[in-house]
Amino acid sequence: MSTHRVWVYGDHVNTDVIFPGKFTYTLKDPQAMADVALQDLDPTFASEVQEGDVIVAGRNWGCGSSREQAVTALKYNGIRIIIAESFGGLYFRNCINQGVHPIVCPGLVAHLQTGDTIEIDLEENAIIAGNTVYRIPSLSSTVQAILQAGGLVPMLQRRTGRLA
Amino acid sequence: MSGLTFVEKALARAAGVAEAHAGDVLDVTPDLIFSHDNSAAIRRIFLETGFERIARPDRIAITLDHAAPAPTTQHAQNHAEIRAWVREQSIAHFFEVGRGICHQVISEEALILPGEVILGADSHSTHFGWLGAFGMGVGRTEMAALWATGQLWLQVPESMRITLTGQFQPGVTTKDLALYILGRWGADGGQYRALEFTGDAIRTLSLDQRASLPNMMAEFGAMSAYMHPDQAIFDYLASNQQRDYTPLYPDDDAIYSDDHTIDLSSLEPQIALPHNPDNVVTLSEVLGRPVQQAFIGTCTNGRYEDLAAAAEVLRGQHVVVRTIIIPASRDVLLRATETGVLQTLIEAGATINTPGCGPCMGNHLGIPAPEEATISTGNRNFRGRMGTRESDIYLANPAVVAASAITGQITAPQTILNNNANLQGASL
Repeated sequence: MSTHRVWVYGDHVNTDVIFPGKFTYTLKDPQAMADVALQDLDPTFASEVQEGDVIVAGRNWGCGSSREQAVTALKYNGIRIIIAESFGGLYFRNCINQGVHPIVCPGLVAHLQTGDTIEIDLEENAIIAGNTVYRIPSLSSTVQAILQAGGLVPMLQRRTGRLA
Repeated sequence: MSGLTFVEKALARAAGVAEAHAGDVLDVTPDLIFSHDNSAAIRRIFLETGFERIARPDRIAITLDHAAPAPTTQHAQNHAEIRAWVREQSIAHFFEVGRGICHQVISEEALILPGEVILGADSHSTHFGWLGAFGMGVGRTEMAALWATGQLWLQVPESMRITLTGQFQPGVTTKDLALYILGRWGADGGQYRALEFTGDAIRTLSLDQRASLPNMMAEFGAMSAYMHPDQAIFDYLASNQQRDYTPLYPDDDAIYSDDHTIDLSSLEPQIALPHNPDNVVTLSEVLGRPVQQAFIGTCTNGRYEDLAAAAEVLRGQHVVVRTIIIPASRDVLLRATETGVLQTLIEAGATINTPGCGPCMGNHLGIPAPEEATISTGNRNFRGRMGTRESDIYLANPAVVAASAITGQITAPQTILNNNANLQGASL
């Protein structure tokens, strides 16, 4: 069980507002990517987000481009878990492959505001917000293995001996 | 036992298993993988893994298209890094600045074939469904993993079938169909699903018309967007194809999560309003709204017939707002040169740029000023997409964009075409 402060966003938040395309070939350093995260949607985010905060969004979070920086930019702002009613398919995969845990949880977003706190119990597949417990689906064993490794790169590093 | 969808067959074949069903997780070996200007970033992730050599350089394509020619020194350095990597790793299919947009070039070069699987580091890789292939976009880390091992994990999706009947009215295109689908079922209507387009209407569509539809289904959330391939597709590929193939078709008794039919004859021209591609209304509802820029191009609508449709509207006319035309490939540009389409466009006051993605993702060649509205044949109108947050983007078919360029406001092409016909009648 862990406790997290939440940042709440709506439906169809696309990769262009999470990480604008104009930066895509000019920003190489993950921290520089983190500094522009969500700037076209919520200019307060990058300056005020804290390690361990969680995003709680509506439908289709991360729709649009295959642009992985839209995950990297949040990861290097300390986001390890993103909860949404549903995800853009490519974004969902990009999260897993970067070791950021995507959680599909219909109904949660409607009862939260930015700054609220929630509790997440991954062992029991539950999210607790106020007095309500939300059940969340378990992930396939393949996906769990990638997340536990910390993403695809650490998995490959094990194969090449870079990681024990 | 029920039958199998296209995606179940294609992914089973690519994974080397006898049979696969929606929900299965497979290690898939694609027939081709590709990336573009993002290849330098993918290289850095690849090197981080500890792998030194790309697994199958003969099955890799790289195009320079997203910011080409390079608009800044940083972009030029990015391209230089990619060129050096292509040489070092003996990557088989490299396409320089000016050859065109990845999806168009790979199709023209017949690098992917019906029944095959192609994964690209670009969300519009759903495009290759127009050839009867499984095309899907992947992220940079996934492409690095594909370079390293030649394989990637995929979960077989459920499928949604859309049967197309009837024929378009004049002035209605597959761009309008794509926008209609987005408007009707929303930007997440195809989420986590493979689309299958079927029905007799497909045979009535030109090849350029077909290609726009699976491409645009990336905005529908679809994982892939297969279209039944026929002899016209096989003929198109014949002169360039390097290997044999066997097309795949779904079984008649395959199971679909959703099953829809659309009568093409019932559709009017559509337009997407700012700031989402599913914010769609019929064109007639928003005529007269001012625009300051018109853009014809992109992987969705930068093909020859798109330019020709614009030329038909612009012939003998003059644009009153800046009009940017970017052919999807060198081959498109050549054909438009040979047939006089290009001359018509230039005489009407349009400016022609290097084949590539152009301003579609806000890098160069037509970035709007704040408070300016662009009408575009592209696929996305997200806030900030063209580089400026305070800018509106409308999405429409090429004839609508051309007509709007003449008047400076959203205009139905029929208004211009009728006027052209009257003028010609008067001069006789």
